Amino acid sequence: MTSTSEIEFEAKSADAAQDSAARVEGRSQWQLTWRRLRSDKVAITAMIVVVIMVVLAIAAPAFVAITHHPPDVAYPNTGENVAGNPVGPGTAGFWLGTDGTGRDLFIRILYGARISLFVGVVTTAIGTVAGVSIGLMAGYFGGIVDTVLARFTDAVLAFPYVVLALALAVVLGPSLTVIIGVISFFAWAGIARIVRGQTLSIKEKEYIEAARSLGAGPFRIMFSDILPNLLAPVLVLATLYIPQAVIFEATLSYLGLGIQPPTASWGNILADAQNFYQTSWWYVVFPALALLITTLAFNLLGDGIRDAMDPRTERVLAGRRRRRRRAPRLAAPSGGASPDFPDAARQAPQG
Amino acid sequence: MSAIPANTGPAGAGTEIPEGDELVRIEHVTKHFPVRSGGLIRRTLGQVHAVDDVSLVIPQGKTLGLVGETGSGKSTLARCVAGLIPVTSGRVIFNGRDITNLSRGAMRPLRRDVQMIFQDPYSSLNPRRRVGAIIGDPFAIHKIASGGERKRQVQELMERVGLNPEHYNRFPAEFSGGQRQRIGVARALALRPKLIICDEPVSALDVSIQAQVLNLLSDLQKDYGLTYLFIAHDLEVVRHVSDSVAVMYLGRIDEAGPKTDVYGSPRHPYTAALLSAAPAADPDTAASRQRIILTGDVPSPILPPSGCRFHPRCPKARPLCAQQEPQLEAKAGDAATHVTACHFPVVAGEDLAGAGRSDVA
Repeated sequence: MTSTSEIEFEAKSADAAQDSAARVEGRSQWQLTWRRLRSDKVAITAMIVVVIMVVLAIAAPAFVAITHHPPDVAYPNTGENVAGNPVGPGTAGFWLGTDGTGRDLFIRILYGARISLFVGVVTTAIGTVAGVSIGLMAGYFGGIVDTVLARFTDAVLAFPYVVLALALAVVLGPSLTVIIGVISFFAWAGIARIVRGQTLSIKEKEYIEAARSLGAGPFRIMFSDILPNLLAPVLVLATLYIPQAVIFEATLSYLGLGIQPPTASWGNILADAQNFYQTSWWYVVFPALALLITTLAFNLLGDGIRDAMDPRTERVLAGRRRRRRRAPRLAAPSGGASPDFPDAARQAPQG
Repeated sequence: MSAIPANTGPAGAGTEIPEGDELVRIEHVTKHFPVRSGGLIRRTLGQVHAVDDVSLVIPQGKTLGLVGETGSGKSTLARCVAGLIPVTSGRVIFNGRDITNLSRGAMRPLRRDVQMIFQDPYSSLNPRRRVGAIIGDPFAIHKIASGGERKRQVQELMERVGLNPEHYNRFPAEFSGGQRQRIGVARALALRPKLIICDEPVSALDVSIQAQVLNLLSDLQKDYGLTYLFIAHDLEVVRHVSDSVAVMYLGRIDEAGPKTDVYGSPRHPYTAALLSAAPAADPDTAASRQRIILTGDVPSPILPPSGCRFHPRCPKARPLCAQQEPQLEAKAGDAATHVTACHFPVVAGEDLAGAGRSDVA
């Protein structure tokens, strides 16, 4: 009896030892990032705001069920006052008031969020995939491939994109597909350029040569050896691109070349609202606030992710001035060190 | 012509590896890198003669040590043999097959037989990938094992090279330099290669760790019958691991032969100078011997000196050295396996440190 219990005890302690071994097991880059991000109150608040926005957008039909106000139905009797103007927040069951044709503004903002977030996420996803692939290929293959792809990237970046987007929307006719196409087309170039630059430096690392000596092909090297080293900057760029795409979509819709009424979009709600801003403040303020809060939250979240991924960088808003002041101090010791070790770099042991 | 004929006598007697055939034959391998101007029109301004007409043979199951100072072309030669960079001219024959400048597809099956261990254990492991994935890569690339089977094999390898298999999911950053080099060894060993090219595998490690890794390498050689091309600039390390030694200077082989011959009676003044510069552990030996101090720097490999490439720095140089290129051949009294490229080889007891140098420049 005693012997069995002893064995059991030993087995248990062995388990415990394994458990603790598992606990000290290395944290991945993502786990570390998450730990740092969790302690960043601004980023966490921004993340919560983003999540709320997404949940509201997804749950828009549920609010229709609650308010019994479908997004495209006008209520000329309850939703407009005697002068034919929108009614204010809280009136007749319209939580945020109504718009120029007597539709529920709250519901329309929610449906606008669906479009805005969808366009923002989809165009960023397309732009990221395209930008990463093009940047990796340009950087890894070099030569003529690089020349063609990099010059094409530069050309896209140099384009006055609002003008081109307007022209395309006019020629092709405004539709969701055209908007997604146009915004995606301008999304990839910035990512491609950064990925190309990083690839150029990473491909000279010895572990890339090691992969080649194992017989790995170029695509395996690009996507399983180089890409993991690029995920941090790419993720940050992508997070920061979403709000840009949201604003781009709103701009096009505001100019009447994006989402067409009666489909709601923050841009076209704002365009309609400018006819009523003197009488109905809520008509302008609430869609504008939705746009502002969403883009601000995405931007702050992106900043937070950047800080968490690379603790050496500082928050953009606070950091810029400080960095400028610190720059000469940083330059001094490195300049002073080099005369002492003039050949340090050259003498690195290399056959 | 081979610097080291196939039947090199066993210098390290005591190893159980039977006298085998040659595994690698390097014939007149030359590698030049073009030097190009910057700007839009990139004219070729010259060639870096990284490796020039090198011929070597590595017998099956043996270790060839390749020594030389920084910039002598050791690593370039290694990469040519591994098929990582194309050679300018010459042939590399592996296991009786010409593998010179094979396409990537044709080289692929050969990758299983020829593996490499890299110098820097920090930059040779991808910092973003877990150790299990790094060591498992060869299995994935050659589609040998996957899933649980791959994990089992990787953990076996980890155990074999002295790593804790439970550290399968760790990142390279969580290991010390010596452990990281063991990871590199495990990765090279995964496909059970015939030849492992060790490109200064211990020069980035501290001395106590060097010994551990060297002993691991020699244990693995015994167990798996591996053949090593071992590159180093530390003469004592090469003496410890090699069966035969080749000395490189500015892209050429100056002297090659069985370890005991080259270390015991160096014929080339450069070899003699290198040996005299190696620190001796015994203070009496250190005090009694004479250090040969070379003057000047290694000349530029873009414009290598005429004749013998060592002549501008050689204490024994004569006018002939600047005019005629010495051939790699056995010098008077040496075994046919011990070859030297020198017009005026060093004889035993010669005082090189005080050798009068007649001006040749």
